[in-house]
Amino acid sequence: MVNSSGNSTGIQIRNLFKIFGRSGLDYVDKVQHGMSKTELLEKHGHVLGLKDINIDMPAGSIQVIMGLSGSGKSTLIRHINRLIDPTSGQVLVEGTDVVKFNPLDLREFRRHKTAMVFQKFGLLPHRTVLENTVYGLEVQGLPRAKQVDAAMKWLDRVGLTGFENRYPNQLSGGMQQRVGLARALANDAPILLMDEAFSALDPLIRADMQSVLLDLQKEIRKTIVFITHDLDEALRLGDGIAILRDGEIVQQGNSQDIVLRPADEYIASFVKEVNRGRVVRVASAMAPLRDGDVGSTVSILGEATLEAAAYVFRQNDVDKLTVVDDANLPIGTISLREVMNAMLTTERAIH
Amino acid sequence: MEWLSTFPHLDDASLTALKKSIDEGFRSFTRAYGGGIEAFFQPLQFFLIQCERIMTRTPWPIVILVIAGLAWLASRSIKLALGCVVMLLLIGFFDMWDDTMKTISMIFVCTVIAIAIGLPLGIAMSRSDRLQNTVNPVLDVMQTMPSFVYLIPVVMLLGIGRVPGLIAVVIYAVPPMIRLTNLGIRLVDKDVLEAADAYGSSGWQRLFKVQLPLALPTIMAGINQTIMMALAMVVIAAMIGVQGLGQPVLKAISNQYFTLGMFNGLAIVGIAIIFDRVSQAYGRRLQRHMEVAHG
Repeated sequence: MVNSSGNSTGIQIRNLFKIFGRSGLDYVDKVQHGMSKTELLEKHGHVLGLKDINIDMPAGSIQVIMGLSGSGKSTLIRHINRLIDPTSGQVLVEGTDVVKFNPLDLREFRRHKTAMVFQKFGLLPHRTVLENTVYGLEVQGLPRAKQVDAAMKWLDRVGLTGFENRYPNQLSGGMQQRVGLARALANDAPILLMDEAFSALDPLIRADMQSVLLDLQKEIRKTIVFITHDLDEALRLGDGIAILRDGEIVQQGNSQDIVLRPADEYIASFVKEVNRGRVVRVASAMAPLRDGDVGSTVSILGEATLEAAAYVFRQNDVDKLTVVDDANLPIGTISLREVMNAMLTTERAIH
Repeated sequence: MEWLSTFPHLDDASLTALKKSIDEGFRSFTRAYGGGIEAFFQPLQFFLIQCERIMTRTPWPIVILVIAGLAWLASRSIKLALGCVVMLLLIGFFDMWDDTMKTISMIFVCTVIAIAIGLPLGIAMSRSDRLQNTVNPVLDVMQTMPSFVYLIPVVMLLGIGRVPGLIAVVIYAVPPMIRLTNLGIRLVDKDVLEAADAYGSSGWQRLFKVQLPLALPTIMAGINQTIMMALAMVVIAAMIGVQGLGQPVLKAISNQYFTLGMFNGLAIVGIAIIFDRVSQAYGRRLQRHMEVAHG
């Protein structure tokens, strides 16, 4: 299981249930047949943690799981490396069911396939930054020289060169989380689990860390599972987003799906405040190409955001842009008015 | 209404019979197994005597240098090391050198044994609530039972001498070691443990790389307490033949030699202060990484 390339490890979660209590398994069926969370708690004294979770996380992409506190998102991510055991269901990694691992297999799996970043950092306070970063490799039993090489490389990548011999308590929160990130990356595991990794940081540092992660992901292409309660963070980072409420997935899709087609009132109330210009793509707001359409001299990628389109309008004195696909073939046109309409929500437009 | 004024108790005859039968039973147990038990503790005796020899036969300037050196290594404080030197010189000047060396070697052996027993037991207790609930009341008994009471069976079994003294001291001094090891490990931050698990640490890796290092300051406090309690037992141990500063104190009590008692008592206080300050300074040094340089 050593030396995984990091390109081919998707995660599939199938029919995952977690019911906290003495005999959780007895209630899986009843919950599946519609017993509510409240009924389960009040009549049977069991707490519904997760209900029938099914998610496909493609290899090499960032899957965000979003939900408010108590929605079960932290419980869910802990099922992937089995810090929490499910009541029933499967967690498939490379086609193997993690749930069926014996303790030894599980240890090997955790050592080589996953690395985790924690909300409260989870650094060892008695170890220096360098000693913290090598922890995963030390546990694997790698030769010391290799441990240090890998650690130094990643410490440098997250911008902590020169801090190797500090203790975590001597660093700011943002820097501590960089150590947490370096520790996870040094492990070179194909799966990166990030449990509210940036939630404890203040907004500027959080945005900064998001950029660090996105930049890194371009080169490392790991399967990242990212937990957050912050929709903006979810929309910025997620290739796929799953929204969790009361232990159930209420919507899955990419950021545009969530913003443009919220599955219910609950999600709609969330996305109301979102800056659509940064989420919605030109392709979904454009007018499709019709015969005889006169294109524009200026073109823009369909994958670009509306905000990017707005910048293009500001720089060029045109009233239409030609929308092109990856192969630079025209697929439609978009006007300044269409950009504006798509950026503003209908409700706001009334005022 | 007689039962109101005198507590209705077991009648004297059966009470005597009860005590007698227990005593008899224990006596025959002693006769049967005393030799074997004594043989079992023989290595302890050897260890004790060797330590005492090293302490008393090494020339005094070397002993002072070594102790001051250890104090400096543990605390990195010149002041503390000098304090040790002055204290030991004073003790030697008032002709208590030999007794002090015997007491220090006794305390050293007791502490080593208390750690050897207390550390594994404390670790085991931190892992099992059931064990914790069983051991805690036993520790309560060990700490509150008057030491004279458990001296009786120890003396019956092993007679008078160093080893029974050692056992009595260890019984009295080991509870804080066990308790604080258990507490220290239980207080380790759950988030840190979860991180250790998430990276695939084995049970031993978790214990030696995370739990013990993080519990170390608390464990050091336990060692400090153990040393202090062992010193408090020096005089009582002297009653069953342990050599050292306790002997002159006993002599002083029975003959009403105030000054003799005072000198030796102060010498005990002196070494207690040395042990305490040095072990505390070391414990603090272990926590340097906790200093917060960032808010």
